Amino acid sequence: MSSQTTYNYKVVRQFAIMTVIWGIVGMLVGVTIAAQLAFPDLTHGISFLSFGRLRPLHTNAVIFAFGGSALFATSYYVVQRTCQTRLFASGLAAFTFWGWNLVILLAAITLPLGMTSSKEYAELEWPIDILIAVVWVSYAIVFFGTIAKRKVKHIYVANWFYGAFILTIAVLHIVNNLEIPVTLTKSYSFYPGAIDAMVQWWYGHNAVGFFLTAGFLGMMYYFVPKQAGRPVYSYRLSVVHFWALISTYMWAGPHHLHYTALPDWTQTVGMIFSLILLAPSWGGMINGMMTLSGAWHKLRTDPILKFLIVSLSFYGMSTFEGPMMAIKTVNALSHYTDWTVGHVHSGALGWVAMVSIGSLYALIPHLFGKKHMYSMALVEAHFWIATIGVVLYIAAMWISGVMQGLMWRAVNADGTLTYSFIESVERTYPFYYVRLIGGILFLSGMLLMLFNVMKTIKNPAPADDAIPQAA
Amino acid sequence: MDINDFRSWHTVLALIAFLAVWIWAWSNKRKKPFSEAANLPFADEAIDAETIKKENQS
Repeated sequence: MSSQTTYNYKVVRQFAIMTVIWGIVGMLVGVTIAAQLAFPDLTHGISFLSFGRLRPLHTNAVIFAFGGSALFATSYYVVQRTCQTRLFASGLAAFTFWGWNLVILLAAITLPLGMTSSKEYAELEWPIDILIAVVWVSYAIVFFGTIAKRKVKHIYVANWFYGAFILTIAVLHIVNNLEIPVTLTKSYSFYPGAIDAMVQWWYGHNAVGFFLTAGFLGMMYYFVPKQAGRPVYSYRLSVVHFWALISTYMWAGPHHLHYTALPDWTQTVGMIFSLILLAPSWGGMINGMMTLSGAWHKLRTDPILKFLIVSLSFYGMSTFEGPMMAIKTVNALSHYTDWTVGHVHSGALGWVAMVSIGSLYALIPHLFGKKHMYSMALVEAHFWIATIGVVLYIAAMWISGVMQGLMWRAVNADGTLTYSFIESVERTYPFYYVRLIGGILFLSGMLLMLFNVMKTIKNPAPADDAIPQAA
Repeated sequence: MDINDFRSWHTVLALIAFLAVWIWAWSNKRKKPFSEAANLPFADEAIDAETIKKENQS
């Protein structure tokens, strides 16, 4: 059994480290724009630091740079380990690392300069879109190539989720970014009017469903069982979870366009499919949590498991909240308010970031031949700081969102509006301060993580003796 | 065939496909293969240990 297969951990290590770094960059930009809302004159007059330029930088950095790197790292790791074979086309895998980071760098330059196609989460201009498509197709070749040469009979459920994520994002990205270039830095969408809006939110909501959900569920299905030391609660449920989730998400997009020029029946389809989504989402959440049944005591002592299980709790919360907000009458209150921002961050910070952080705390020491992180006490501290940060953030946005919705719809007996818009803005300030504090807490946790990761890598302690455990 | 017939059939077929996945996943035939698959995260410790060992030598 000596000179046999080994895995390619180099590209996994590279993506894992960049996840932490891009996480800090993206969240720092987020804290900056949160501060701008609380203190509007903060960067007065500097165009490339204005809210409108930095906001897409924030969303692109946290979703695609931070979340994307986490997905690349864990998918390359999980697909090798559960297929028991080395990564297919190592050169191409290295290309995806450098290519993806080049995309991020170009985004960090062009977005503050105001170059944008103005499609939410797809703001990057056409030359960068082409680069993304090339990198993404390479990613698909590496991932599915590895699955094709697997040494085991079954394709583990985590790989199904990762595979669906890779395939769907390729389709979404290419279809939504069909555009007519005018100059090197300016293009216009291929689609007209309401069709453009529908294509955009078909893309936008599936970016949530496949990038921020299916991909991270792949992570969950590997790291939760691994960390708990027992197989997933129900493999059968995970199969139904997979097929139900991917076939339902595709149709939920129109809930972003309630009460717009989109045909009414399309809005209703979006609402109904969003409501149905509650079932597969909670099926997956319960499956992940119940994996710990009989081993709940581990939650007391293992901060990594705390991250993973609390991320599932936030996943459950936001996938309950989402269907509720997709109901037209609820949406009439919540849409365009801070409630939406709160909902997104309960998913993005509570679920996506925390499941990634938990997985990385398990993954990074292992990749560098260490038994565990340099300081588990710091991991524990990170967990509490992050949790308090998320709770402050989303509670503030819930309250301010409902308040805004109620103020905007309030009418006097004679039919005139009770409040002017600026009155609702004034009332929102206290919540913007609380949100800023929540964001700063979450960012501080990431800084602790960076310190801990650097110490773990540099720690000269002897490598893990790596005694193969009897499974 | 009217487009609405197609829509109705589409809905019915989607429901049948959904139920078929349940029946398939819960059938006794899938028990053994699923339990093998569920244990895959714990089945490759030797290759992983070999990789870590090699990388730390170089």
